[in-house]
Amino acid sequence: MNPESSASSVGIVSPQRFHHSGDFPLQCGRRLPGFELVYETYGQLNDEASNAILICHALSGNHHAAGYHDSSDRKPGWWDSCIGPGKPIDSDKFFIVSVNNLGGCHGSTGPRTINPQTGTEWGPDFPSVTVKDWVNSQRLLADHLGIDCFAAVVGGSLGGMQAMQWAIDAPERLQAAVLIASAARLSAQNIAFNEIARQAISADPNFAGGHYRQQHKNPDLGLMLARMVGHVTYLSDDGMRQKFGRELKSGDISLGQDVEFQVESYLQYQGRSFSQRFDANTYLLMTRALDYFDPASDFDNSLSAALAQTRCRFCVISFTTDWRFSAARSKEIVDALIRSERNVCSAVIESEHGHDSFLLPIPRYFEVLGGFLNRLHQDYSDAN
Amino acid sequence: MRTDLAIIADLIKPGARVLDLGCGDGELLAHLQENKHVNGYGLEIDPTNITTCINKGVNVIEQNLDAGLQNFADASFDMVVMTETLQSVKAPDRLLHEMLRIGEQCIVTFPNFAYWRCRAHLALRGRMPVSTHLPHSWYNTPNIHLCTFKDFERLCAEQNLNIIERFMVDAGHSTRPLINRFPNFFGAFAFYRLGKETT
Repeated sequence: MNPESSASSVGIVSPQRFHHSGDFPLQCGRRLPGFELVYETYGQLNDEASNAILICHALSGNHHAAGYHDSSDRKPGWWDSCIGPGKPIDSDKFFIVSVNNLGGCHGSTGPRTINPQTGTEWGPDFPSVTVKDWVNSQRLLADHLGIDCFAAVVGGSLGGMQAMQWAIDAPERLQAAVLIASAARLSAQNIAFNEIARQAISADPNFAGGHYRQQHKNPDLGLMLARMVGHVTYLSDDGMRQKFGRELKSGDISLGQDVEFQVESYLQYQGRSFSQRFDANTYLLMTRALDYFDPASDFDNSLSAALAQTRCRFCVISFTTDWRFSAARSKEIVDALIRSERNVCSAVIESEHGHDSFLLPIPRYFEVLGGFLNRLHQDYSDAN
Repeated sequence: MRTDLAIIADLIKPGARVLDLGCGDGELLAHLQENKHVNGYGLEIDPTNITTCINKGVNVIEQNLDAGLQNFADASFDMVVMTETLQSVKAPDRLLHEMLRIGEQCIVTFPNFAYWRCRAHLALRGRMPVSTHLPHSWYNTPNIHLCTFKDFERLCAEQNLNIIERFMVDAGHSTRPLINRFPNFFGAFAFYRLGKETT
């Protein structure tokens, strides 16, 4: 792996930190005595500061969306296929900002941060955060970076929810919102999957009521189960059949073995590696933020009234086999945007990869996303 | 610009709210946005067309007309346009009704199956007409509900749809005096502007 050799990679990147020292009020009524956000940027901000794109991450994402931290890294950032020179989110045209959300476990203030009032880690006492809180914290980061108005705020899944909240809460601060495989609120089924994940974590004896770090333990098993359940919902039946079929791990059935089928081995690997890199308290907090997201609730449960606050243009993308955030959920957003007479384009991308499609380099998906952003770039270039 | 789209563009008032059903590559809406400050949406299902629309900055929505238009509110548009699509939808009668529920007026264009070349093809050769006017073979045509001008006007009468204006053109989208005298024989394509029920 030589990250610098590829012309389509942003190359080696270094995370940066933004420190907000003021009191930060949260939707839950509590306040954070300041916070830090860790973020990365790719590309150059132009003189007018009009070419910035904010990337909002999904449930288990982080700020490291593209490029490599070190030339020895095996894997690039989580959305490297989409972000870079000549890619749909083109770092030759745009200044791309990717941030780890408040409450995260990859460097931004969260459960693993020291609570200045107690001198110990926040752990389970870290306040509940909402999508609105994330947008508010990201606005402060934008101020710090000198970005009055983003060209676009882009996100998939939970990231798309943030982009939608941005458009509602700060209409003057973005030209476009790109909502990929997202929803205006979770369905009961979706909340149910999150609850199974949360129960798996909190039922793990090593969870210790969230105080596992003080006891030098980690709820590995709970996190692993949570991730395995989540992972199944991110794939499609067809996609799994094609990827694993009923292939056996060792070639023949040996009844009673722990791992027989490839799909088991895959899920266990995914679950185990997740339990090593993700914080259980963060997982609980992020899934709660997902569950609570419902911008229409501030507007008499009318999504079109909520979206009537917006001024940007929208691009709404969904995938045919996504059942976690189905195309019908994206259509609800599109219909509400039409009712509120907003500018919107939408595409339903044929894909066999379920919800995970939003992370994959599917040609039509990238044409739509790249085309939309390219048009945006043309329009503000003409305006300048 | 495609001549038929130029004819339609002339029928649309500046600033109108337009819904274009089967908007293709977005040429009409892009033209209207640039020249008439028209705010509109286009519905389309072809992936290549959708990408082209997005590249043009047109509000294109991926939606199949056969799945209905329930997501559009009553009287939410000034003009609903459907260009050469009527003949390929499942229920043209219901769709026309929907168009006038959603729009104050609508513009519909379609090919005339009673055009003299079609008649000649069928009468003299005994085969389904294939020409520049109707380019598909019977087995691969998307046109499942072809009609003649007379048929269409009978439907409008039955459904109490008010024909505000109509004109017919030849296969090259030109007007000719003969067409005005014998539209259902010499007209290849028709443009109808319809309004709500006749009073």
